[in-house]
Amino acid sequence: MYPITTEHYIALSAALLLIGTVGVLTRRNIVVILMSIELILNAVNINLVAFSQTWHNLGGQVFAIFVITDAVAEAAVGLGILIALFRNKETVLADEVDLLKW
Amino acid sequence: MLTPEFTQAIFFYIFAAMVLAGAILTITRRNAVHSAMFLIVSLMGVAGLYLLQQAEFLFAVQIVLYIGGIMVLFLFVIMLVNLDQAAKEKQFNGQWAIALASVALVGVQVFWFLGKGRGAFKMAQPGIAPPASALGNTEQLADVLFKDYLLPFEVASILLLVAVVGSVVMAKKRI
Repeated sequence: MYPITTEHYIALSAALLLIGTVGVLTRRNIVVILMSIELILNAVNINLVAFSQTWHNLGGQVFAIFVITDAVAEAAVGLGILIALFRNKETVLADEVDLLKW
Repeated sequence: MLTPEFTQAIFFYIFAAMVLAGAILTITRRNAVHSAMFLIVSLMGVAGLYLLQQAEFLFAVQIVLYIGGIMVLFLFVIMLVNLDQAAKEKQFNGQWAIALASVALVGVQVFWFLGKGRGAFKMAQPGIAPPASALGNTEQLADVLFKDYLLPFEVASILLLVAVVGSVVMAKKRI
């Protein structure tokens, strides 16, 4: 159980990744799907920082900064799409957007 | 009794519980505002884990950018978009059983490999700790970011510019 090793952080990150994946795959509300994507990106960051600490290499933390940048861009664009979608179709449920389906 | 390792373990389990409980509540709540609140709990736990690993700059970035920036963006959109109708309807789609089964399969694989430990992974040996530097985490990080990763840094700034312009264009009524 202790001392805390890198494996503990990997296990936590894997669990967070799986919870986020379940959220993306099962929820209908697009806002919650975007939040689940944030959870997945945070799982990646936990891994990067844990390995950066293990190998005493700051490149991992720099990559975590880039992942956070991507998360910001993704959230901004995703929420912009959501507002445009709500204005045109009056829905925020992912499976009601089925124009391309037959 | 209260050795540094023991204290670190206690804090790790507290933050891990915050992260996992917050994440599970985020994806199960009916009301999107409640989801956002529990997502904040989860992100605070991740910030605590950064602090536990001496990544002080990322801790500050996590609090300021994620909890202060992205979550405000989420709450703003939740207020802008009418979610009352969506909260009354079914929250999970028809494929939830297949999704849970496949995620459980992946989870079993990942944790089975993790259970086998270092021998199965052939992980590289932990690096040798560099001699203690007078510089703090933020200064060291700035050195690496602006010397070795300058081009990715500039590309990231262009990405942010494109994202800002794109989201404004998409959210605007008429251009």
